[in-house]
Amino acid sequence: MFEIGGKMLKSRLFVGTGKLPDYSLIERMYYEAGIEVFAVAVRRIGPNTKHTKNVLEYIPKDATIMVNTSGAQDHKEAVKIAMIGRELTNSDWVKVEIEKDTKYLFPDSFETLKACEILVKEGFKVFPYIYPDLNLAKELEQIGVEAVMPLGSPIGTNKGIGCEVLLKPIINEVKIPVIIDAGIGRPSHAAQAMEMGADAVLINTAIATSADPLKMAIAFAKAVEAGRLAFEVGILKEYEYAQASSPLEDFISG
Amino acid sequence: MVSFLKEAEKLFEEYKDYVPSHKEIAQILEKEFLTKEDLAKLLNANSKEDIMLMAKKAQKLTRENFGKVILLYAPLYIANYCQNGCVYCGFSCRKNYKREKLSFEEIENELRKMKEEGIDSVIILTGEDRINSSFEYIEKACSIATGLMSEVSIEVYPLYEEEYRRLSSIGVVGITMYQETYQREDYDKLHPFGPKKDFEFRLNAPERALKAGFHEVCVGPLLGLSEPKKDVLCAILHAEYLLEKFPKAEISISFPRFRSAGTDFIPSYTVSDKEFIKFLIIARLYLPRVGIVLSTRESPQLRDALIDVCITKMSAGSKTTVGGYAKEKDEDAEAQFEVEDRRSVSEVVDVIIKKGLRPEFTNWVKGVKSA
Repeated sequence: MFEIGGKMLKSRLFVGTGKLPDYSLIERMYYEAGIEVFAVAVRRIGPNTKHTKNVLEYIPKDATIMVNTSGAQDHKEAVKIAMIGRELTNSDWVKVEIEKDTKYLFPDSFETLKACEILVKEGFKVFPYIYPDLNLAKELEQIGVEAVMPLGSPIGTNKGIGCEVLLKPIINEVKIPVIIDAGIGRPSHAAQAMEMGADAVLINTAIATSADPLKMAIAFAKAVEAGRLAFEVGILKEYEYAQASSPLEDFISG
Repeated sequence: MVSFLKEAEKLFEEYKDYVPSHKEIAQILEKEFLTKEDLAKLLNANSKEDIMLMAKKAQKLTRENFGKVILLYAPLYIANYCQNGCVYCGFSCRKNYKREKLSFEEIENELRKMKEEGIDSVIILTGEDRINSSFEYIEKACSIATGLMSEVSIEVYPLYEEEYRRLSSIGVVGITMYQETYQREDYDKLHPFGPKKDFEFRLNAPERALKAGFHEVCVGPLLGLSEPKKDVLCAILHAEYLLEKFPKAEISISFPRFRSAGTDFIPSYTVSDKEFIKFLIIARLYLPRVGIVLSTRESPQLRDALIDVCITKMSAGSKTTVGGYAKEKDEDAEAQFEVEDRRSVSEVVDVIIKKGLRPEFTNWVKGVKSA
């Protein structure tokens, strides 16, 4: 169990719903992969139509909805989307995602900081999606966000942890949880993030666009658990050259 | 603005006879981002194997960037008055047929009927006539639409920046503006009179809309009116130009092919299915995050084959007659162009689901973008 955003959670795997082929997978992920937190893009919470149901109808009532402001272009839009999202979902968890561009979908640090300041004051549990920037992470921590969500590599690229040297200082220095978000393409990448000491990971593309999203969610859940266990035990140091397995050996073999 | 057109012209001339080898195509596809030269070369690829290889990468890029989602929308023609004499168009003022314009009550009825069909994203269309379809008329129609639909876009005559700003402030998020052809000489011949004759004013409309607060723009040529490869190259560079200038905007591209519209116009060029598919795939390869829109002008079979390759948005259950949703209309006699895919929204939805994708009717929740 770990505590985040005022909740006790068992699973450290958070899942984004935006790219899923079918929302009914959400319920199965909750029950079969143990996933408890689902990020939902407010822009897509449409009304029920003759052909499609609202995504919210598929999320089990005990699961946590993380409202996502994706598509927001500045802090004003992000705040407005968060407000609409809270109304629609009754959840005060908000992932602040303000993109700088639609080509790389990189987060806009200045606007993110401004949006977080406002949303924390408005009583939201704020989870900003950021560049792996220690200074920004510390400022956000000061403001009172619940966690920081630095990217592993650009959204949707499946490139994995492309900036370990930048992520590690954040994990080491901030006291709030660190959730690695974006770019994680394989369960082994997720395990790597957890071994590094991340508190959780958020995955969308790698699960949603796989041939079998449910099975892939289970694979990720297991990898996250394995990585976390390894981190708790302590990952052994790597050596450049072979090490004698015991100092006694010198005496015995001599 | 014209810089990208000059660049396209130069590239086209330089590579128009260059057919890349299979090996070169494979090398180009290994790259994360294609160069403009790669783009110009790929437009001349013509073997089935090469196109299939390109399709494979296009599919991967689409899934990574857009997930398993297809956005659905439908057009609503609210008026067909037009002052333009475009030689190829069913709305041309030279064509003698019944002109009409929906009352605001009729517009609401149409929208409600569309909503019953499950449509929640609409594009409002008119002909180009500032007297019979004034800006105020369009504005009021849009305001009715934003009250009923999650997402409202326009495909009307080019407006001034201030007019776009007014529409943006009432919640209109997108604009579609086909340049018809990017080749000035051909454009001039095809548009002998009327306000549409102003090539630049039309070309710059997407930019004015984005400056005024719109978030989505769809651009493209009408294939067949001029050299197709050149028009495709121009359209792709146009989309790229907008993307670079407005990095936060969502840019889409579409390549409608000319369809008979009850005129005696015979296009100078025909675009085969193979060429058409290749153009869409190349647009995806060069611009991985740009939306690709497919209309009901194309056959159901072709649309179904493309759904899971590179398409992100398509129309469904479209009526191209004024007031065609609530009233019984003769689509063959009164439409702006021939619709090939006449399947209902439900039928299109079924195909999308069978392909393992999710049909989505909401891109922007009403109100989010009218801040």
